[in-house]
Formats: sequence, C-alpha cells, structure tokens
Amino acid sequence: MDAIALLIAAALLAGTPLALAGLGLLINERAGVLNLGAEGMMLVAAVAGFATALSTGSDLLAFAAGAAAGAALALCFGALVIWLNTNQYATGLAVSLFGYGFSAFVGVAYVGKKLAERPPFDLPGLGAIPVLGPALFRQHWMVYATMVLTAAMIWYLYKSRSGLVLRAIGESPESAHALGYKVRLIRLAAVCVGGALCGVAGAFLSVVYAPLWVEGLTAGRGWIALALTTFATWRPIRVLLGAYLFGGVTMLQFALQGEGVQIASQFLAMLPYIATIVVLALISRNAAFIRVNMPASLGKPFHPGT
Amino acid sequence: MLKLEARPQPSKLMSLVSPLVALVLTALLAALLFAALDKDPVKGLAIFFVEPLNGVRAITEVLLKATPLIVIALGLAVCYRSNVWNIGAEGQFLLGALAGGGTALWLTTHGFVLPRFVSLPLVLAAGMLGGMAWAAIVALLRDRFNASEILVSLMLVYVAQQLVNYLVFGPWKDPAGFNFPQTKTFDASTWLPALVDKTRLHVGFLVALALVGAMWVFMFRSYKGFQLQVGGLAPAAARYAGFSARGSLWTALMISGALAGLAGAMEAAGPLRQLTPHISTGLGFTAIIVVFVGRLHPVGIAFAGVLLSMMLIGGELGQSRLGLPNALTGVFQGLLLVLLLACDTLIHYRVKLGSGLKSAH
Repeated sequence: MDAIALLIAAALLAGTPLALAGLGLLINERAGVLNLGAEGMMLVAAVAGFATALSTGSDLLAFAAGAAAGAALALCFGALVIWLNTNQYATGLAVSLFGYGFSAFVGVAYVGKKLAERPPFDLPGLGAIPVLGPALFRQHWMVYATMVLTAAMIWYLYKSRSGLVLRAIGESPESAHALGYKVRLIRLAAVCVGGALCGVAGAFLSVVYAPLWVEGLTAGRGWIALALTTFATWRPIRVLLGAYLFGGVTMLQFALQGEGVQIASQFLAMLPYIATIVVLALISRNAAFIRVNMPASLGKPFHPGT
Repeated sequence: MLKLEARPQPSKLMSLVSPLVALVLTALLAALLFAALDKDPVKGLAIFFVEPLNGVRAITEVLLKATPLIVIALGLAVCYRSNVWNIGAEGQFLLGALAGGGTALWLTTHGFVLPRFVSLPLVLAAGMLGGMAWAAIVALLRDRFNASEILVSLMLVYVAQQLVNYLVFGPWKDPAGFNFPQTKTFDASTWLPALVDKTRLHVGFLVALALVGAMWVFMFRSYKGFQLQVGGLAPAAARYAGFSARGSLWTALMISGALAGLAGAMEAAGPLRQLTPHISTGLGFTAIIVVFVGRLHPVGIAFAGVLLSMMLIGGELGQSRLGLPNALTGVFQGLLLVLLLACDTLIHYRVKLGSGLKSAH
C-alpha cells in the first residue's frame, strides 16, 4: 500500500511540469499556433528559475522568472511566425535549438550548485491521513495550483467570451478576422501565455523536481508535452490526467528498480519515450477522430488581406 | 510603419543573400556577446571564423567534422523538400554508429581480419541499414497510425541514446578496459583510410562529396525526386498526378535514415574507432541547421556543412584559448537559424514603408 501511495505522489510530482507545459501548449494550439519551441523555452526558464531561487530563496519569484523567460522567448517565436509568416515547424525547432544552447551557456555557472533545503510540504491535518496523506497531501503548492489552473482553463475556454474568441481563431482565423477580431494580436498573446506556462514548467523542474541544473535538464519533456496535447484531443482535463499518467510512467522506473526488478536501467529510462510513441500512435490511429478535434487552422499562418 | 508586401514570385537572389545576412547578423551579435564577456570581439570572431582554417591540419579537422554534417543534411533535405519533418536524424545517426561499429567490433572480437575492400563495405552497409531501421519506425507509425513524425522521430533519439548506453556499459564493454564504458578499439582493417597523411581526415569526406553530386542528380534530374518535391510543395497536385504520398513518405525517410546511418558508421570507423556513450555531440541536430543554411540544396549544404563545422571547432578553440564555455557554439547555431528564418521573409515579401490597409496580391 505504501509503495502505491508513494508512486501516486511521485506521479503527481512528475506530472505537474508536463501538465503546466501541456496546458500552455494547449492555449497556443487552440489559437492555431503549433509551438515546437517548448523544449527550448522550458530550458531557458529552468535556468532563469534556478538562478532566481538560488539568489532569493523564493519559489514564487523563481516561477515568475521562469514565466518571464518563457514568455520572452515565446514573444520572439510569435513575432516570427505570426508577423513574418515564417514556417512554424522550422521556427519552433530553431527556438528549441537556441534555447538548448543558450541555457547550456548561461547555466555553466550553476552546474553543481545546490538550493537551500526546503521544509517538507504537508497540508495541515490532511497529510496525516494514512495512505491518502502521503499519496495526495504532501506536495509542493504548485502541484495543487496546477489543478486549479486546469479548472480555470476549462472555464476560460468553454464558459468565457474571450475563450470562445480564442477557439474561433484557432478554427477559422478568416471568420474571426471578418468579425473584427485582431487575429494576430490575440495569437501573439496566446503564444506568450503558452510560453509563460512552459516557463513555469521549466522552473518547476529545476527548482522543485530536480532540484538542480544540468545541461538539457528537461530531457524531452517539452516534446512529451506537445504529444500530450494530441493525446488529450485538445481538452484541458485530459491534458492534466495524461500528464499524471506520464508522470507515473517516468516514476515507474524508479519504483521497479526499488523493487529489484532485473532489467538494465537504460531500458527503464526508455519507458517514458516509448510510452509517448505508443500512446501517440494509438490515439492518432483514427485520423478522422483527430481531424474533428484538432483546431482546424493549427500550424497554418494567417495573413490578413491576402 | 513597415509593411510586408507579397512578391509575385519568390526571389532567387534573396534566397542566396538571406543566409549571408543572417551570418553577418550572427557575427555582430557574437561580437557584442564577446564584448559583454570582457573578451576582445575581434579575437573572439577570429577564433570562430578564421582560426579553424589556419593551416592544413586545421582545415582537415574542419572537413572531418563537416563530413557527417553534410551526409546527414543531404538526407534531411530530401525529407524537408517532401514536407516530411524528420527531426530525429540524431537517433538514426546513433543507430548507424551502433550497427556499423557493432559490425566492426564483431569482426574484431572474432578475429576476422578481412581486406578493407570487404570489411569497410560491410561496416558502412550495416550502418545504413541501422539508420534505415530506425527511420522505418517513424515511417511505419506515420503511414499506418498517422502519428506525427516530428514527435516520433524525436522521441526515438532518446531511446537510441539509451540503447547506446546499454550496449557500451553492458554487453559490448571492453573486458580489458578498466571498466570504462567503451568498446574494444576496432581492428585496423575496419578503419576508414586517411585521406591526408598524418591527419584524421578520412575517405568518408570523398564519399560525402560524391553524395552531394548524387543527391543533385536525384533531386533535380530524376523522376522520383521530382515526385517527392511536388508532394512537398503541392500535395493536392501530387495526388492528382497519381504520385503516391505513402511512397514519398517512405522514400524520404529511408533515404535520410540511410544517410544518417552511413554518417554514424563513418564516424565509428573513422575518427572514433570504438564506441563510447559520447558517439555524437548533437551532430544530427546541427545538421538541421546545415539544411536550412544550405537552402535545401546539395551544393549549398556542402558549404553550410563546412561553415557549421567551423563554428563547432571554433567553440572548442574558444574554450581552450579564451576560456569561454563550449556551449557558446550552441548559442551561435541557434541564433543563426532563428535569424536565417527571419531573413527568409525577404524571399517571399518585400518590405514597404506604408500605412494603409492595402492588401498584397
């Protein structure tokens, strides 16, 4: 029982950065922009967050720094793809490569540095409940904030006027433009918010999850988060649940090793990536199903007046 | 306010000028960065763009590193021209190194000393098959399961790296290697012969040049190459003409897998001569930049491969001579690609001064 409780707790912890980045990318994609730069944004934000946490000791400031770094990079990405109509695939890839290099360069000074020990997290009262306590109620506050954010995003996308406009732009930028909405500005805003969330995810990885900085810290989580939006058929609640599932797969390797399973650690380390491929293939299999759920203008540039 | 006006036709001139402008802008930003780091900007730029070409030995090192970049990039160019977004060449490269290096290792440990004209083709063919097998997973999942080739090919990079780790930390580890994660050194009969005496440059560079020519013929003078390009530029037209989209997908991925695998096998049988966890230093990703800087054209790729190789070596020199972090290369590479894509806007648009709502036609 205790092992299961610990696995659940670990899955929530490992799933949180995936969920944050996934929700950010969901906002991008709902507005019609495919952001392959997520990995780079997360990496730069991870360094920014780690540096901030190291000098201030505040998690909140670290997340804010991560969000700012992610949003700044997203602004560059957005300006390129939305105003200069550059290819979204190539530009996103370029941002990821740049982010990898830039974070490695800036991060050299932080390799091997340790953050101050933080007190264990415990929701007063609830943390003491047997099994459930250790499984659910001893997490960093950002884990719960991510759940609240998911609920907020569901409300925003489906119940608010602004969310409706955002979805309309993702489905048909031409119609939204004809109705007088500033398609490109709204897309840019969506890209920046998405980048900021990827940034929080990156900072969470370096400040809470790891907590340290090494080159390439995110280890492909930006890409897994991208896959997550497809698994979730662009729905926030499924992004969250999918993220926990993948968090669980990531943590399964440590659980299995702890149980003394005789498999080379390298094969266990492959698990999250293989799981991503398998689930992606299973979900994408029904092309019509994906087409119905995918924002219709995803990846297509919009240039008013042409 | 500046306004973009669509050109009636893409500008050929701009498509050649754009990489040069991007390079100059990257150099300017690099100079600023050097100044910010309290290093002499002129010296810094010289390390990246002059020093790597200083002397025969230095030039052979540049060409050595350019070889895998060019070979991988040629394959990726076929993919990108057919609108197949294979970004996992790194993984296909690693599998090529494993298959080619594994063959060399097998020959070595079993004591087969074959003449080079037998052993080398075996090693290189194995490498190509390894790369193709890895790319085939991507093609199969795209073809049968409609799974995004971008994500699948990238995820497979991580899987490939773990496979490398497993083999060199496990079954393939040299028993006499003091427990270092590395294989035995391959027998000399499986090494690629040197091209210039007393340097590391090997005949693989000639293979890369031959492939540049072959790829030019394939892209611009063959029916299959034409089909692939139509499929990439105008899928509807290709469908109408009866060109198979599935065929194009498989062809593009098999070619790029084979070439990335070949590059991996040539690294294993060339400069490395054994397998370690550090077979690749991100060459498969650098090759993506080579493709775009080289304008998806074989000849352009040859030049871009040399340029990016200079930048890689410049990064190493900057570390040893100026005490700069080697990661600086990654910053410059990323900047170059981002700036290039921005400059590429000029291929399709004119920048106009104007205010109005005048639409571009």
